[in-house]
Amino acid sequence: MADTPASTSGDFPPFRQRHLISIADLKQHEIIDLLDRAERMVPVSRQERKSLPTLSGKTQINLFFEPSTRTQSSFEIAGKRLGALVVNMSVKTSSVSKGETLVDTAATLNAMRPDVLVVRHGAAGAVELLSQKVGCSVINAGDGAHEHPTQALLDALTIRRHKGRISGLTVAICGDIANSRVARSNLLLLGALHVRTRVIAPRNLLPPGIEHLATEVFTDMEEGLKGVDVVMMLRLQHERASGKMIPSVREYYRFYGLDAEKLAFANPDAIVMHPGPMNRGVEIDPAIADGSRSVITDQVEMGVAVRMAVLDALLSGDQA
Amino acid sequence: MTKPLLIENARIVDPASGTDQRGAVLIENGRIADLALGGPVGVPDDAEVINANGLVLAPGLIDMRVFTGEPGWEYRETLASAGEAAAAGGVTSFVMMPDTMPAVDDGAVVDFLVRRAKATSKVNVLPAAGITKGLAGKDLTEFGLMREAGAVCLSDGRNSIQSTALLRTAMSYAANFDMTIFHHTVDNSLAGEGVMNDGLFATVLGLKGIAREAETIPLSRDLQLAALTGVRYHAAQISTEGSVDIVKAAKSRNPRITAGVSINNLCLNENDIGRYRTYFKLGTPLRSEDDRRAVIEGLRSGVIDTIHSDHDPQDSEVKRQPFAEASTGAIGLETLLAAALRLVHSDDVPLLTVLKAMTSRPAEILGLEAGRIAKGAPADLILVDLDYPWQVNENELRSRSRNTSFEGARLAGKVMRTIVGGETVFLHRD
Repeated sequence: MADTPASTSGDFPPFRQRHLISIADLKQHEIIDLLDRAERMVPVSRQERKSLPTLSGKTQINLFFEPSTRTQSSFEIAGKRLGALVVNMSVKTSSVSKGETLVDTAATLNAMRPDVLVVRHGAAGAVELLSQKVGCSVINAGDGAHEHPTQALLDALTIRRHKGRISGLTVAICGDIANSRVARSNLLLLGALHVRTRVIAPRNLLPPGIEHLATEVFTDMEEGLKGVDVVMMLRLQHERASGKMIPSVREYYRFYGLDAEKLAFANPDAIVMHPGPMNRGVEIDPAIADGSRSVITDQVEMGVAVRMAVLDALLSGDQA
Repeated sequence: MTKPLLIENARIVDPASGTDQRGAVLIENGRIADLALGGPVGVPDDAEVINANGLVLAPGLIDMRVFTGEPGWEYRETLASAGEAAAAGGVTSFVMMPDTMPAVDDGAVVDFLVRRAKATSKVNVLPAAGITKGLAGKDLTEFGLMREAGAVCLSDGRNSIQSTALLRTAMSYAANFDMTIFHHTVDNSLAGEGVMNDGLFATVLGLKGIAREAETIPLSRDLQLAALTGVRYHAAQISTEGSVDIVKAAKSRNPRITAGVSINNLCLNENDIGRYRTYFKLGTPLRSEDDRRAVIEGLRSGVIDTIHSDHDPQDSEVKRQPFAEASTGAIGLETLLAAALRLVHSDDVPLLTVLKAMTSRPAEILGLEAGRIAKGAPADLILVDLDYPWQVNENELRSRSRNTSFEGARLAGKVMRTIVGGETVFLHRD
């Protein structure tokens, strides 16, 4: 322990998972463990010298098949604050189009002996497939419409810090549920922590069987927001959706955009969240997005803490 | 001239005649020369005698839907390797889908296949001719010329014809040549980017679903057009409860309609996909358990006529991909019979019904002499141990591709000997 005096992981029992692919793989106590670890990471980012040497000598590769400035920077900063060597590989032109399969890419990267791969991919299950072909830890930074586990963890941490608890709350997730990995990870995580979950969306943006994943399903925003403690808005891929999944942005905003009038149905102290990047005027009124109820910038801050905690937990567990 | 062959002391199961009793079969010159149920059979002095020791002797299986890779993708499967797999699985004839490169959309390609199969395959290969050029759903092929070259039926294989007008013309023209149309019905726009059955399980995996209606809507259309044109129509790939109902209703009015189901849809369901196992990503998606029960009932009640393997070899390059990006299809020639016997062992469907769906019914639909144990019929026969236990190991299968949907499955029932035209083409060795 003399080498790592500032480690926070030493206070926690070893984390038993090798990868973080899906919230569904985590037991309730593991979710709480990760949140508690993340809580300890928050002050690290707030102090003047924002570093812990716990991952010194470790190599982290961020492999993003889909561009994402925000998530990639968050993982990069998290790794660097823990002292890891962080390499970013943005696969802008898909390497599949150059004839290299995901499995080939995995084999190539594996030969460089990284300690952790942080992977985002457009196809559900791609990160899991990659994890089967490498010898290091793999963190899912979003795979298609499947999962985005660190987003759900940072959302939970944000909720817990604002509300003082998670269990017993009512959380509404609103918007394009059908295509959202954020919604799936959140429903799984909140469900595991005994939160009442509601999904609110037009029927065509609700995936089949959603009633088995959420406590309640609403198609009316005002009905659905009644008495909720947390309002989570989802990004609408409006470039793709317009004319196909919804007739127009203005109609969507009228019925499903979060404005003061609709927010008034939620509890008076309800907080507003958004995983970003936001479409102001599409799914959310700019005045709400930047208003006093919004905790959206806190989510970004908690994102770094959660990712530090996940990296630390996976890699120090690996050591043990 | 090979010696006459006598198989005695067999349990003769012949679905065409409803026979299930002890007896003996004499094979001469590639055909069944004599059949004795209970009583003695005249045995030539020079005959080779096989004591079946009570094993089931059944007609060789006729598989209605098999993809190979020859010509064009020989690394996936050749006619020879498919023939090896078929022989080991008790399949003595298979209908080969036209999805090759080039596609089977021309008499010359049919002719090539017939000759190539005779030269290299241990079993009978029956080419299906494409309905449209390049199977692209646009322009009709030369049905008559391909029939003359040896095509047994018409099919666009994996592809489904979207244009109702074109399909009507194709059906009329097929009726003109008395050729059966095998059609896999998919509404492409409704199926969209779907990669598995629509429902909770797809939602949990974050995968796009294929609604059952993507199968039933074009199926309803096809059955109406079949009545309009008088064509013999085979609904090639039934996977949903709704399809069983639609076919049942149509059959009551139109005797020219038949239907087939893949062994995968009889034995597996969407849950087998687990966490993105791409060997379970199939052209006709695995459906819910309710759908599976419905197609089993459809088979038992006779609404569904045939069971096929939907053998579709794909290499690991195209299978070891994220689920949505992976190719569809699974091999199945070698596991078809044993998997189908699961339905018998579970008391869901009687043995005669299961075998009928892979022997005499396909033969009737295709107009073949095979598929029955009768004097004068081709000696395409299998000896089967109905209870022989074995476990599927992808590395022991004879197909050139490994993508079995039964990897690791424990099966009961195995072919001990396969005979094609009087010649033993497979002999099981422990």
